Amino acid sequence: MIEVKNLHKSFGEAHILKGISQTFYQGKTNLIIGQSGSGKSVFLKCLLGLYDYEEGSIEYDGEVFANLSEDKKRDMRAKIGMVFQGSALFDSLTIEENVMFPLRMFTKLTKNDMRERANIVLKRVNLEDAHKKMPSEASGGMQKRVAIARAIVNNPKYLFCDEPNSGLDPKTAIVIDNLIHEITEEYKITTVINTHDMNSVMEIGDNIMFLKDGIKAWEGTKDDIFRTDNKVVTDFVYSSNLFKKVREAVLKENK
Amino acid sequence: MIIEMFRKPTKWSVMKELILKDIDDLIIGSLGIVAFIAFFVGGVVTIQTALNIDNPLIPKELIGFATRQSILLEFAPTFMSIIMAGKVGSFITSSIGTMRVTEQIDALEVMGINSINYLVFPKLIAMAFYPFVISIAMFLGVIGGLMACIYGGYASTDDFITGLQQEFNPFHISYAFIKTFLFAFVLATIPSYHGYYMKGGALEVGEASTTSFVWTSVAIIIINYLATQLLLS
Repeated sequence: MIEVKNLHKSFGEAHILKGISQTFYQGKTNLIIGQSGSGKSVFLKCLLGLYDYEEGSIEYDGEVFANLSEDKKRDMRAKIGMVFQGSALFDSLTIEENVMFPLRMFTKLTKNDMRERANIVLKRVNLEDAHKKMPSEASGGMQKRVAIARAIVNNPKYLFCDEPNSGLDPKTAIVIDNLIHEITEEYKITTVINTHDMNSVMEIGDNIMFLKDGIKAWEGTKDDIFRTDNKVVTDFVYSSNLFKKVREAVLKENK
Repeated sequence: MIIEMFRKPTKWSVMKELILKDIDDLIIGSLGIVAFIAFFVGGVVTIQTALNIDNPLIPKELIGFATRQSILLEFAPTFMSIIMAGKVGSFITSSIGTMRVTEQIDALEVMGINSINYLVFPKLIAMAFYPFVISIAMFLGVIGGLMACIYGGYASTDDFITGLQQEFNPFHISYAFIKTFLFAFVLATIPSYHGYYMKGGALEVGEASTTSFVWTSVAIIIINYLATQLLLS
């Protein structure tokens, strides 16, 4: 579980995060949604320890990340998996080597054991035939799956995904969403996803936080999002006619 | 950046492979162009020297002497380093810069890896082998000069070799290699700095490479001046 309390972050005069408090639960897909510029990416980078913050605290299972010694921070980071928006695969390594990378850095496994573990994870993301390919030879969807495989190969306790569906076709996006959701439940990971893909919200949103102008404007589940009267949320989520109609149909059915 | 480079070192088994890869990219990969340039510039230095000696009282050995001094003291260590600022420096800046742009450096940081140590330290160690490149440049520069001298008919082989050995000061070799080590440090660190701390996209990677070439060259010229003043005057 990750607990964020009263988080404030500024860049010079610009106050980006204005006292955000939120709990991200273990074994759940926790989503952060909001318009571009609402502070989602800054919030995620604060969670990851890539940005310092002025006020507040971030606790990973009761331990305040900022108070940890450098060694403990490094140990904590070994428990974190991250899927970047652009996948961030290492260009000079093959797909298999990319997946083996966290094992090489943080474990004392033999090369064969690492390879075996990488194969299991690559199979889990349906990429058993792509080991020797370079990242540049893989499609966007494949790269995302490799990034997920790399993020989970070392059995992380926490998984962070920044826009995991960006640039993917709707079918591949659903595959990625379901994969993340299944992995979260299977390995009991605390997963935090930064997205503005409404399909993801409806499909896998166990716990959703809506950010607006650096403030937490709403919190709920994918079911709550149909019923909410919060205008800020409905204006954002149901900005397309299709979603408006879907919402009306669901509400009508539930009456 | 330099202090950070020595904190939280990467696992030795991984670092060893990174160092070998950087030796291959930065040192072995540069040998071809270094050999080509050194050989022909050595030849040109000899021809220029020979063509400017029109007084019959000046001994022909001077051609070999001037070639040796030019190549050993300045051409091989200094001007080859400026050429390497273009080749090796741009490679370092663009490869690290691309990793910055595509969030690969963030990925390393998130995993708790000291990205400066992981990316820059192996390059610094690989560049410790840079004097090997320069010694090849020195050797081939002199051989190029000898070939140009023989095939151009400017002096006999004996005259050229006698000139090479005349008034040889072994400290000049030390001076050249002290400079080379300093240049190697500059060639590894300035381009890494420009790549690591760059912001923006693909266009900015190109700009960072150009800026790093300019600053590396400036640093080499200034260090060359200071080292010469301190060591030879």
